[in-house]
Amino acid sequence: MKEELREFYKYRELLYMIAYRDIRVRYKQSIMGFMWAILMPVLIVMSGVVVRYAYAMASHAPLKKEDIASVAVKALPWAFLVSSIRFACLSLISNKELVTKIYFPKEIFPIAAILASFFDFVVASGALFIFLLVLGVGWSPYLTWIPALLLTMVLLAAGIGMIVAAASLYFRDVKFIVEVFLTFGIFFTPVFYDAAMFGDKAKWLLLNPMSPILDGFGACVARHQSPDLPWLAYSLVCALLTFLGGYVFFKHLEPGFAESI
Amino acid sequence: MSDIAIRMEHVYKKFRKGEIYNSLRDLIPALTGRMFQQKELTDGDKREFWAVRDLSFEVKQGEAFGIIGRNGAGKSTALKMLSRVMKPTKGSMLVNGRLSALIEVSAGFHQDLTGRENIFLNGTILGMSKREIQSKLDQIIAFSGIEEFIDTPVKRYSSGMYARLGFSVAAHVDPEVLIVDEVLSVGDYAFQQKCIERMKEVLRAGAAVLFVSHNLKMVAEFCHRCLLLEKGQTVTMGTPQDVIGTYLQTPSSGQAANINSGPVSISSVRIRNEDGECMRFRSGEKAWVDVELKAHRRCNKLSVTLYILDDKLMEIFDTSTDLLGHGNFDLEEGDTYRCTFEVYLNLADGTYHPSILIYRRDIQTIYDKWEPSATIYVSSGGGVRGIAHCFPKVIRQEIRQAADATSVGTVG
Repeated sequence: MKEELREFYKYRELLYMIAYRDIRVRYKQSIMGFMWAILMPVLIVMSGVVVRYAYAMASHAPLKKEDIASVAVKALPWAFLVSSIRFACLSLISNKELVTKIYFPKEIFPIAAILASFFDFVVASGALFIFLLVLGVGWSPYLTWIPALLLTMVLLAAGIGMIVAAASLYFRDVKFIVEVFLTFGIFFTPVFYDAAMFGDKAKWLLLNPMSPILDGFGACVARHQSPDLPWLAYSLVCALLTFLGGYVFFKHLEPGFAESI
Repeated sequence: MSDIAIRMEHVYKKFRKGEIYNSLRDLIPALTGRMFQQKELTDGDKREFWAVRDLSFEVKQGEAFGIIGRNGAGKSTALKMLSRVMKPTKGSMLVNGRLSALIEVSAGFHQDLTGRENIFLNGTILGMSKREIQSKLDQIIAFSGIEEFIDTPVKRYSSGMYARLGFSVAAHVDPEVLIVDEVLSVGDYAFQQKCIERMKEVLRAGAAVLFVSHNLKMVAEFCHRCLLLEKGQTVTMGTPQDVIGTYLQTPSSGQAANINSGPVSISSVRIRNEDGECMRFRSGEKAWVDVELKAHRRCNKLSVTLYILDDKLMEIFDTSTDLLGHGNFDLEEGDTYRCTFEVYLNLADGTYHPSILIYRRDIQTIYDKWEPSATIYVSSGGGVRGIAHCFPKVIRQEIRQAADATSVGTVG
């Protein structure tokens, strides 16, 4: 394990290079350029507003500013998770030439996909910042929780990314299954709604390790509250286990990549 | 001990061929099926085959080592194990120093990036640091010879430009162990020469080069030692001349069957010049081809044909005892027949394969064929290209100047 980590460090320039390539290509190909990064979050926010509006109509309560802010804040991490898992899943298959011909630690591919998606996330965060300013959402000391939330989010994405990347190399239908999960996952994760709306059944929803992260973002940015710490700790443990498990799983399968792809 | 650059000891590699479950949709029914039907398990063993069996060799620093063999002999698998892309099933390997593999030089290229960006990308993939690439950037661009297009996306490149840029990056890695697999088949003649020069430079710097190619001439010129692989096993190892000779004389499996079944077979073919048996000839030199046949049954009206193939296996010359007026001959069971052809090798530089066959004209039957019987290298000392050597000379040259119509300069 120590040896593997040292080797990964040795190849760090390659990691940046592959991530840079992914970003460069994505922004070069689309005419919209940086608009690409905010397209998906904007769509998620718009659908979230529609859902929230319907909810407000049904419960005869007015649609509050915080609700829109909360949807907007949670849309970004969700978009990050979806895009990083999607790109990580395809990262080995679409670099077939490199996988079969040249030696280097192959976890570079899924991790570079995560990095590239994180770059999109940062760009979109800039847009979100302006949006929140316009909306008039203020500051609060709870914003200091953001790094912890980001870390948990990235660990979870990287863990899942490594697992689906390796699995999709061996089984060609994994990418379709992943796609289905990513499409419908939004209904099982509090993006459009808050977990609290479910009352005492909220805990079932929070078992999804992504839920406490999103709830945490919503709480500390939009509602100026502390995240639910026990649940956030649960998410962090899940994310760490997924990351380590994903890494071990990936490294275990790695020697067979070149002949199985 | 320390001057060993590559060592492979009893390396084996097993592959599974045939059906492999590559989707969950197939795997899950197969797994449940396997629980109920025991016999599927035994079928699994038959689908395995050994791509490389008991491969052992050593390459010293500063040595060029060639691996030749037919398609599917296991050459690329051996290289992939050395470059650590694949893991051997059994055996041990040692690579001493920084390894660079020119297995497919443009593998890391991305279509949408410019030539310059791809230099950085590919260089990093091949193990160079960003600073190292930066310092060699001008050299790399100059070597590739595509300065004007360096900021154009590589998807607009021709395949030749693509390969040249790829090789230029790879050639500047400064490896201690260089693995080259059939990358020189692209690019024009001038570029190939440039690559060979660069590989020689790498060798002089003390690196070891492992070279895999179908281009036997290049292997013969470049390598110090050579190994012949056949179906994953080492057939022979030694000087390139010997190994290439063995390679060309190994009949492909289809031919082997009818050789011993015929009534008469070729037992030896030797090619020699005035000094005796050899492989290297000068253009225009007189050479003799000795042929020996052995009859296993009585056979009539035989003739021996000598023909020569060039390095692309195109026939360029054909003669026979029959055509040369020595008629047909009959052999009894157990008879031995010998003949010698005398030829002038009016050939330009290159590799040629003299070949022999036994033929009966009236019933149009070939009894035996050695194609090729030998491999020879002909050198002309320059000045000519092509296949035939017509010993040209310029005996007159003049320039008639338009202004005053007087002739200037006469040669010969």
